[in-house]
Amino acid sequence: MTGTAYGVEAAGLAKSYGGRPVLAGVGVRAERGTVFALLGPNGAGKTTTVRILATLTRPDAGQATVAGFDVLRERGRVRRAISLTGQYAAVDALQTGAENLRMTARLAGLSRRDARRRAADLLSRFDLAEAGDRRVATYSGGMRRRLDLAAGLVGQPSVLFLDEPTTGLDPVGRQAMWEVIRELVRGGVTAFLTTQYLEEADQLADRIAVLDRGRVVAEGTPAQLKERVAGQRLDLTLADRAAYEAAAAHLDGRLVRRDPDRLALGVATDGSAAHVRALLDEVDPGRRAVARFAVHAATLDDVFLALTGPATKEPAHA
Amino acid sequence: MRDALVMIDRSMRLTRRTVDALLFSLALPVMLMLLFVYLFGGAIDTGTEYVTYVVPGVILLCAGYSAAATAVTVAQDMTSGVVDRFRSMDVGATALLTGHVVASVARNAVSIALVFGVALLIGFRPQAGPLAWLAACGMLLLFVVAVSWLSAAVGLVASSAEAASGFTFFVLFLPYPSSAFVPIATMPGWLHGFAEHQPTTPVIETVRGLLLDTPAGGSAWRALAWCTGLLLVAVALAALLFRRRTA
Repeated sequence: MTGTAYGVEAAGLAKSYGGRPVLAGVGVRAERGTVFALLGPNGAGKTTTVRILATLTRPDAGQATVAGFDVLRERGRVRRAISLTGQYAAVDALQTGAENLRMTARLAGLSRRDARRRAADLLSRFDLAEAGDRRVATYSGGMRRRLDLAAGLVGQPSVLFLDEPTTGLDPVGRQAMWEVIRELVRGGVTAFLTTQYLEEADQLADRIAVLDRGRVVAEGTPAQLKERVAGQRLDLTLADRAAYEAAAAHLDGRLVRRDPDRLALGVATDGSAAHVRALLDEVDPGRRAVARFAVHAATLDDVFLALTGPATKEPAHA
Repeated sequence: MRDALVMIDRSMRLTRRTVDALLFSLALPVMLMLLFVYLFGGAIDTGTEYVTYVVPGVILLCAGYSAAATAVTVAQDMTSGVVDRFRSMDVGATALLTGHVVASVARNAVSIALVFGVALLIGFRPQAGPLAWLAACGMLLLFVVAVSWLSAAVGLVASSAEAASGFTFFVLFLPYPSSAFVPIATMPGWLHGFAEHQPTTPVIETVRGLLLDTPAGGSAWRALAWCTGLLLVAVALAALLFRRRTA
């Protein structure tokens, strides 16, 4: 391992499939011992980025180092330093949890006895000790994901790649997964996760990069990203459908929230009286269209909408 | 090497736990043999007791079919996330596929023994000494290994386990236009060329010759050439396809 401060560092990653660009110059940096979240809607290029960093896909252009090793020229060393947990649990349903872990531990080079011990240790750490001798086919989605993550840890990696680690999990399973990830990062590993859940990125990540159509459109701490939309949001509730349509058309590019069912629109503001008054006058010169208004602190949802633009107006919600 | 042992252990365990598929692959050859001997056998004149003629063919049919099932198990691995785990742990194609092939050989050993057992019960009377038995088993083993590797390569390119299972039917039907069930001389002329020169014919003739202590001519050499040739091509192809499929 070299002395770089970054667990993951990539620049200019590009990849096309059949002439269709999936990544168009992605650069990211995750400091060692932190959680880095790649946030974006489906099809933004999150999984492709992770597969390149985990040496499973070759980029058309760009370079990347993981745990200090070049993903193209030092594939073997990168593979020994990382673990990948994908969207589909990479465990055998017909083997028990313990058998899966022992197998993975043997592949990671442990002796039979050490593999047995490591498997038992991981099962209890991931709250699977009692289920260890049951076939994975009988596990819940959350248990499978935890087992998958445990299987990735037998080689004691320094960088974890987690591709949508909680997609499809119920709230309890998601909380349990978050706790496991936090625990691992406290132990010193770097976690690089992808998610389409803003709440997840907000909860877990030290830094977030927002990926949209193959490009990083924003990068920073959750707090910095929230500031990018002026920190506040003015919510307007319109008097009727016609007023809603007219105001939505007028504010189109600036909207950070649309809720046609409640006739509500959200627009960024700095929260000052002058700005709020100016906005109200602009939208509603006749003083009839806006029924009520409220000012809120911006959420990551607002950031996301403001950054990813009109083509992705309705991202999946947590 | 160690990876291959771990993969063998895995594939054997997975095979033992797919009891339904296992039962089918054991019952099918026995049923086919009974079908041929009792339903068709009376109408077929091969110059010998039909059960004696047909057993080597049935064995080969069942060996080929159950070896071809390797395509399905490999395709299942390739389409589930598990192959990414193996690759990110630097497990090569050879280790992974060796696991599948060894499990296939084990499956076959059981089902071939079962067919021989039932065959002996219904009147199969081989004339072979211990050496000839050993040679016949060796021939069958080589055939099973070659077909298993070929199937593994097919499993790598199949888009799904269902697509891969189509290949098993191709292999299942290959022994029909051969000397497995009826002498080639009774087939229409245009089929002779194919039936005589396709790979299962020399293997069947070799096994038949060894077990019944009759001369098999140059079949043994042709069978060895076919099987080793197929095996080498399949191993090389599988390594290449694995790298391409997962690049």
